[in-house]
Amino acid sequence: MLRVFSGMGLEIEFPQNQTCCGQPAFNSGHRKEAEKVARHFLDVFGDADEAIVCPSGSCVSMVRNYYTQLFRDDPEALSRVEKVSSNIYEFSEFVFQRKETISLNSTYRGRVTFHDSCHALRELGISSQPRELIKSLNGVELVEMKMADACCGFGGTFSIKYPEVSKSMLQEKTDSIMNSGAEAVVSTDMGCLMNIKGLVSRKKLPVKVFHLAELLAFEGLK
Amino acid sequence: MITERIDFKKNSAEALGNPKLKKALVNFTDRSRASRQKAVSGVFEWEELRSEARGIKEEVIKNLDSYLLELEKSVTRVGGRVHWAKDAEEASAIVVNIARENNVRNVVKSKSMATEEIELNKHLISNGINTVETDLGEYIVQLCDDHPFHIITPAIHKTKEDISKLFSEKFGVPEYEEPQELTNIARKELREKFLSADMGISGVNFAVAETGTIAIVENEGNARLATTFPDIHVAIMGIEKIVPRFEQLSIFLSLLARSATGQKSSTYVSLITGPKREGESDGPRQFHLVFLDNGRSEIAKSEETRESLYCIRCGACINVCPVYRQVGGHSYGWVYSGPIGAIITPQLNDPQKTADLPFASSLCGACRDVCPVKIDFPHVLLSLRQKVVEETKGRANLPGFIEKTAFRIWSFVFSKPFYYNLAGKTMAFLQCLYQKDNELQGLPYPFSKWTREKNFPAFSRKPFREIWKEKYHGRNGVLR
Repeated sequence: MLRVFSGMGLEIEFPQNQTCCGQPAFNSGHRKEAEKVARHFLDVFGDADEAIVCPSGSCVSMVRNYYTQLFRDDPEALSRVEKVSSNIYEFSEFVFQRKETISLNSTYRGRVTFHDSCHALRELGISSQPRELIKSLNGVELVEMKMADACCGFGGTFSIKYPEVSKSMLQEKTDSIMNSGAEAVVSTDMGCLMNIKGLVSRKKLPVKVFHLAELLAFEGLK
Repeated sequence: MITERIDFKKNSAEALGNPKLKKALVNFTDRSRASRQKAVSGVFEWEELRSEARGIKEEVIKNLDSYLLELEKSVTRVGGRVHWAKDAEEASAIVVNIARENNVRNVVKSKSMATEEIELNKHLISNGINTVETDLGEYIVQLCDDHPFHIITPAIHKTKEDISKLFSEKFGVPEYEEPQELTNIARKELREKFLSADMGISGVNFAVAETGTIAIVENEGNARLATTFPDIHVAIMGIEKIVPRFEQLSIFLSLLARSATGQKSSTYVSLITGPKREGESDGPRQFHLVFLDNGRSEIAKSEETRESLYCIRCGACINVCPVYRQVGGHSYGWVYSGPIGAIITPQLNDPQKTADLPFASSLCGACRDVCPVKIDFPHVLLSLRQKVVEETKGRANLPGFIEKTAFRIWSFVFSKPFYYNLAGKTMAFLQCLYQKDNELQGLPYPFSKWTREKNFPAFSRKPFREIWKEKYHGRNGVLR
């Protein structure tokens, strides 16, 4: 992400106190614990006037779509939520909005396929942006896998509570990645990537797993 | 009502271990997704229809009492009788009584999830009343003494070979191979039942408050026969099935057929307004409408989960659900399966016995996108999860206790940057026990549930914060 942003001529700040948006607890039903961590998020990012960019759609969705629920009885926090929500962006969404300013010198060559992360797709409406960015790379071909929009089975604590069901979903996802004929799968959510990579490495499948930022700023073998 | 705790893990393990079932599920869900997609893409104003339908349902559920009274008045006006049932037992007793008072021996039923919910067949049969399901899928399920696998297509877990064998055993016919031959056998058997039935029982897809009309949507004509041929028609409806005005039916009929089966319209739509009137040559002499509450009025009170009652039982959420696709209908342990089962079963039953279900979802939201009345499934699931966490008290449920403690520690660590950094470094140090090629394997409980099948990424030896400080500008630095 840093490399992509530098290439766009942006100033980047990294608040050292940041931790998490609180989604893991929120999605597991632990509202009080989620609120505590979300409050910390607001303390760190609540007054920022800059764009806040995040490498995972689900974290952005948590802030944009669910903070209002979490803080519905706290007007003071809600006003900060409103500000943060209008400033926060998922990575591909942010970069695509400023695509004229990008100078990408990714050295990646080959066929890639894109996995839609559920929250980016269905809660943020992101689908074409990452695909357009991939297609804009020289020497990279985007091939669609079957059911690119199907969940990979991660679902946060779902993958720990029902690992067998989660694995079965993931198996379908990796089958569909392999059948697409791509040499790499690209996505925009760390949760999906961790899940997919987990099985790809365990089974030693011949496919690379990249975050979109890694592909856009690829500096591998020239 | 369920009596034992629904064990989603155990139930789904059985389904996951059955490759034949998996194949059937993949075929079925692929097919129904595609046909729904095709049917929906032909409707230019689809989104407007969805919004309109949702608006109507919001209005109905908010004012359910007055709409029910209006419907009762309308049904009575056209010569029908309304019965109010607060729970499953009352509803079954009402139907059994109607049957007894009229010396009913034989009942034919059309497909109805409300009657599954109250286990009506069991009650009728135990009172000596022959009761036969006449929807082909339901008939097969009844012959196997099984439960529906899906709310629209109850027997998709049976292959044609299974059915061929079943019919051969039950009816002493050869093991036919062609679906058409099998259907003909069922048709012949069922015709006899229709002819000898003294009472027909149906569900209700929609009930119009202003006219007292009920709408029944089907493809086989069995519901038409069951509601017109016998002398008595008893219809059972969940109290949420109301549509205020007759003209609003068209919105719901357009949405239902396309969402459920990818049809522009179902083959039969029966609009029934009371019993046979003077001068009419067919139709039942008596028309009874049973209002089934069974927990619904409680759901209507909850602002957070009320929208669960907007459901028109199309099954679209089930057909797109990636979890259902793996585990099938029976894993959900009750009448309703898939996303709608995960939200409605815990609200119509003991929340402690159904606590697994709100968690049986990856929150992917595919269900919300296809729902014809725009039920925000993830929102309802999250609200139900919160309820489970807050209402499962003490050490009774051990994983619950461990999880709660874990999240308490997590929330402390993740709201204090000092401890967060320390935790990161500690993990990076401890992980050498499990590390292999920059990934972790064989982690202890509960992470073992992850590493049994998958690798876990290793923590970076040098946290990003330090890289940032060294490579870029100081604390809270800015990269220019």
